[in-house]
Amino acid sequence: MSKSKTAYIVDGSRTPFLKARGKPGPFLASDLAISAARPLLLRQNFPVNNIDEVIVGCIMPTENEVNIARVIALRLGLAENIPAWTVQRNCASGMQALDCAYRNILSGQSDIVLAGGTESMSHAPVLFNDLMVNWLSLFMAAKTTGQKLQLITKIRPSYFKPIIALLCGLSDPVVGMSMGQTAEQIAFRFGITREQMDEFSVASHQRLAAAQDNGKLDEIEALYDNMGNAFEHDDGLRRDSSMANLAKLKPYFDRKYGMVTPANSAQITDGAAMLLLASAKAVKKYNLPVLAKITDSQWSGLDPKEMGLGPAYAMAPIMKRNKLKIDDVDYWEINEAFAGQVLGCIEAWKDKDYCKQFLDQKTAFGEIPHEKLNIDGGGISLGHPVGASGARIVLHMANILKQNNAKRGIASLCIGGGQGGAMMIEANDSAAEE
Amino acid sequence: MAYKHWKIERDDENICWLHLDVADSSTNVLSAAVLDELNDVLNEQAQSLPKGIVFVSDKKNGFIAGADINEFTVVKNHDEAMVMLNRGHDIMNKVESMPCTTVAMIKGFCLGGGMELALACNYRVMCDEPSTRIGLPEIKLGIHPGYGGSVRSILKAGPVAAMNAMLTGRMLQGRQAKRMNLVDDLVAERQLKRAARFFVVNKPRPKDLGLKDKIMNHRLVRPFIAKQMRKQVSAKAHKDHYPAPYKLISLWQKHMDNPRRMLKEEAESVAGLVTDYTARNLVRVFFLQEKLKSQGKKSAFNPEHIHVIGGGIMGGDIAAWCALRGFKVTVQDRDPGVLAATMKRSNDMFRKKFKKDKRSIRNALDRLMPDHKGIGVKHADIIIEAIFEDKDVKQTLYKTIEPQMKEGALLATNTSSIPLEQLASCLNDPGRLVGVHFFNPVALMPLVEIVRGDNTSDEVMKKALAFGRQIDKLPLAVKSTPGFLVNRILMPYLLEAVEMVEEGIPAEKIDQAALNFGMPMGPIELADTVGLDVCRSVAKILSETMNVSLPAKMDTMVNNKKLGKKSAEGFYKWVKGKPVKDKNVSYTNTKDLEDRLIFRLLNEAAACLREKVVDDEELIDAGVIFGTGFAPFRGGPMHHIHAEGVDAMKSRLESLASLYGERFNSDQQWASL
Repeated sequence: MSKSKTAYIVDGSRTPFLKARGKPGPFLASDLAISAARPLLLRQNFPVNNIDEVIVGCIMPTENEVNIARVIALRLGLAENIPAWTVQRNCASGMQALDCAYRNILSGQSDIVLAGGTESMSHAPVLFNDLMVNWLSLFMAAKTTGQKLQLITKIRPSYFKPIIALLCGLSDPVVGMSMGQTAEQIAFRFGITREQMDEFSVASHQRLAAAQDNGKLDEIEALYDNMGNAFEHDDGLRRDSSMANLAKLKPYFDRKYGMVTPANSAQITDGAAMLLLASAKAVKKYNLPVLAKITDSQWSGLDPKEMGLGPAYAMAPIMKRNKLKIDDVDYWEINEAFAGQVLGCIEAWKDKDYCKQFLDQKTAFGEIPHEKLNIDGGGISLGHPVGASGARIVLHMANILKQNNAKRGIASLCIGGGQGGAMMIEANDSAAEE
Repeated sequence: MAYKHWKIERDDENICWLHLDVADSSTNVLSAAVLDELNDVLNEQAQSLPKGIVFVSDKKNGFIAGADINEFTVVKNHDEAMVMLNRGHDIMNKVESMPCTTVAMIKGFCLGGGMELALACNYRVMCDEPSTRIGLPEIKLGIHPGYGGSVRSILKAGPVAAMNAMLTGRMLQGRQAKRMNLVDDLVAERQLKRAARFFVVNKPRPKDLGLKDKIMNHRLVRPFIAKQMRKQVSAKAHKDHYPAPYKLISLWQKHMDNPRRMLKEEAESVAGLVTDYTARNLVRVFFLQEKLKSQGKKSAFNPEHIHVIGGGIMGGDIAAWCALRGFKVTVQDRDPGVLAATMKRSNDMFRKKFKKDKRSIRNALDRLMPDHKGIGVKHADIIIEAIFEDKDVKQTLYKTIEPQMKEGALLATNTSSIPLEQLASCLNDPGRLVGVHFFNPVALMPLVEIVRGDNTSDEVMKKALAFGRQIDKLPLAVKSTPGFLVNRILMPYLLEAVEMVEEGIPAEKIDQAALNFGMPMGPIELADTVGLDVCRSVAKILSETMNVSLPAKMDTMVNNKKLGKKSAEGFYKWVKGKPVKDKNVSYTNTKDLEDRLIFRLLNEAAACLREKVVDDEELIDAGVIFGTGFAPFRGGPMHHIHAEGVDAMKSRLESLASLYGERFNSDQQWASL
C-alpha cells in the first residue's frame, strides 16, 4: 500500500449497545459518546490536547445537542481551541466521521483526530404536526382573551397526531419506501427466503453470545446511569434465539405477505463508538501504539429502492483498486441492517450478470464466506444505533485483525437513500515500509 | 481631597463612582477608619452634589467582607460597643439620606456590614456569577446585624425571607437574592456598570413589599410568626447557649412598627451580645477556622486529576466531593455494581448542591469518571485510597500502583486505624504516603485530618494540606497516632455513654445531658448513626494503646446484628431514619451525667496535647469543633477548661475519678495547662 493512503487507528472504545425499550433511555447521544471517549482518552500517553480535531457522526441529536461533536469535545474537557464538527450520512454517519478524519490525515491537515459516531435512537424527537404548529402560531399572535378562547374551540383531534421522527428517518422520502420494504425488495430480486433470513439472524445472536463468552469485546466500556445501574454488555442479545422462535414473528414492513420481521432486522438501539486516528508523523512523534490502519475508503450510490445493496457497490471499487480477490480479504463486516439485505449483497457478488451490469466488473466476485463475515455478530444481535454503527464496525474489524493475527479486512454498510460506504482496514505488520 | 481608602471618580455625566480599596489589606472591611473616612467623603460630596453615587470595590475578591471582626474582640464593655455601633449607624443613615441617588454595585462577596451598607443605598445591582454572593452572617458570630441591616433587610425582603436569611446567616446566590428583592437587578459582569448607571439616571420606583409581607409585619400578626420562628430556632440552638437569634426575633416583634426606634434598639441589642461569652467564643471559632484555612496556603501545588480507589460510601463520596469542587476525578473499583451505586450517590449529591442548575450537575458528572480498570492511576496528581481496612490488601494495592504513579504524585490513604508507618513500609518512596482522613458524611463534615506518618515528607504534607483547602475543607495536620485527633477524643466520650447505658441509665437521658452541654447530637444517637460495628472496630484499635476498655454491651449488640441506624436497631429503634426516643423516661440522678461524658473528652484532649498530636491548644479546639461539632459557643475543649478554670476543672475530674474509677485519672498534662 502506498504511504500516502494510510492513516493509523491508535485505539478505540465503544459503549455497550442498549436496546431502545419504547421510552427515552438513560443516555443522550452526547452522554454515550463521552462514556466511550473518556476512558479512551485517559488510556493515552500523549497529551490529548494535541488532538487536532473532533469529528462525530450522528443523525438525530436532541435539540440541545446541535453540532454534537462540539458538545462532546467540550464536555470531555478537551481544550477549547480544538475544533469539532458533526457529519451526517444517515446510517454511515459514524463511518463518514472516520472517513473525514482519514482524508484530513492523508491531506496533512490533521495529525491526530478523535472521530466516531453516536446515536440515542430512544431519544429521537416526537414532533408537532403542521396543523398544530399553525394553530400555535395563531394562538401566540392572538391579543385578547376572547381571540384565544375562540382559537381553543377550533382545536381538532388531528392536531395532536404526533410525528415520530424515528419512523420518518427510517423511510425514504424520495421513493416512499420504509427501510424494511427496501429489504423486501432485495429479497424479491434475489429470491432470498424467510428461512434464510431467520437462519442468518439466529447465527448473529449465536456469534455475539460466543464473542461475549470468549472475551472478544474488550472494546466495550461500561455505561453508568444516575439511578445506580451499570451496563456492561450489548443487551439486545437473545441467547434463546432459534429458528422456531423466529418463525413466530409476523412480517412488520410488508404486512401479511412479507418476510422481514423485527427479529431479522437490526435492533433500534442507543450506543456510541469513538476512535483515535493518527498520521504516520504523529505515530512516530508520540510513539503511539497502532491497533490497525485504514488504507482505503469508498462511497457509492445506487437505486434507493435497493439501498441495502450499498455494500456491494462500495466494496467493489476497493477490490478493484487494490487488485484483490475475495480470498485476499481475511474478514468482512457488513452492517446487518436487515438479514435480507446482507444476504442480497452476497448474492449480488455471486451473480455475474449483476456484477457486469451494475458493478463495472467483467466477472462475478464470488462468494463471501459466511464464516469470515460478521464473525462476532452484528446489527441484528447487538443493534444498529444508526450514527454509531459505521464507527463500530471499523473498530471491531481492527480488533478482529489483531485477535486473529490477520492481515486485511473490509467493513461496509448500506445507507438509507441508496448509498454504500466501505473502508479497508489492514494490520500494521508492514510498519517498516513507512 | 485625597483619601486613604476611598477613591472618588466623577464622570462626565456627573455620577460619582466611589471606589473602596482598603489600604494595606487584601480584603475590603469596614473598620472604624474606613467608616470615618466615608463620613468625610459623603460630607465633601454633599458640598457639590453629584447626580448619584455608585459604591464600587477595587478589590478583586469581592465587594465588602463585613465589619472588622478584630475590632469586636477589643470591645470591653457595653459603652465601647455602643460607640462602635453608633458610628456605623450614623454612617449608614447618612448614606440613606443622601439627597442624590445611591447604588451599590456588587461583585464578589458582600457580607455583614458590607451588605448593610448596600442596603442603605437606594439600589443594589449584583453581578450574576457564582462567586458573587451576599448575606448577613452575623448570627454565626453570636450577634445579629448591627448597622441597620435587620431593619433594612426586612423592609426590602419582607419579614419571613429576611429573618430566615439573618437567622441562618446563609450566603445567598444571585438568583435567590433577586427573588427576595434584596437586590434590584442581577446582570452579567459586562452589563454591571451600565446597570448601575441606569438606576442613577432613571431612578425606577423600588418594589414595594407585597400584601403577604405587609400582613406578616403587622403588629397583631407578628407574635404568631415570632413564636413559629422561635420554635424553629430552638430545634437548632438553645436560648441559653445562643441568645442572638432570640434577641433578633424579639427586636422585630417589638419594634417593627417604628423603624427608627428599631434601628436604635438594634444597636442596643448587639451591644449586649457582642461582649457576651457566646459571641466571644464564636468569634474565636471564626478565627480558628481561618487558622485551619491558612494551614493549607503554604504550597503552590495545583493538582488537576484525583484518582480515588474504592467506590464504597467513603471513597465514592470523596470522589464525588472532589468532582463537585471542580477536579477531574476517576473512581476505581473492581465491581461495576459498586461504581454504579457511587454514580447514583454522586448524582444525588450534585442535585442537592446545585438544585435546578442542570448544567452544573452535568458538568460535575462529566468530571467524575467511573474507572473499573484503574486507568486513572497514571494520570493522577493525588491518589486517595479508601478501600477496606486491611493492611495486607492495602499494601498489595500500593505495590501495584506505585510503579504507575506520576512523578511527584501523592498517595493518600483514608485509613482511620492503620498506622501510616506500617503501610508505607512497602513503598519505594515511603515519603509520598500521607493520610487524608475524611469524616462521614463527606459533604457535610468540614474537617479533614491530614496525617503525617514518620516517613511522610514535608513537601507531601504541605501539598496534602493545600489539597484539603482546594476542596474547600478545613485541613488539620495531625500526627499518625491511633485514632488521630478526632476519633481519639470522641471515643472515650462515646464509651462512657455506653458504660452508662450498661449501668441502666436511659439512653434518652444520656443524650439529653450531652445536648444540654451543647453537643449537636447525643453520644448514643451518634454511635447508632455511625454504626456500632464501626465504633467497635475503632474502639478496639484504640484500646490497644489507650486507657479505654470495650464495654461488653457493644460486643453483644454487634454480634446480635444490632448495628444502629443501618440495621434499624441499635441502642434506639430507628424508624424512617429517626431514632424512637421515649420522652417519659425517668431518671432522677442526672447530676453527673454531663460531667462524666464531657470530662472524659476533656481529659483525652489534654492527653493529645501532651503527645503533640497537633501543634497547639487552638488546633485541638479547632479539630474537635469542626470534626465533632463540639459546642462551638464554648470555644473548644481546651478553651472550655481555661474558661472554667484549670484548677476547678481538675479537681472536678479528680472527684469523678474517686466516684467512677481510674478511667477518670487526670492526664499529667493538666499540671502544665
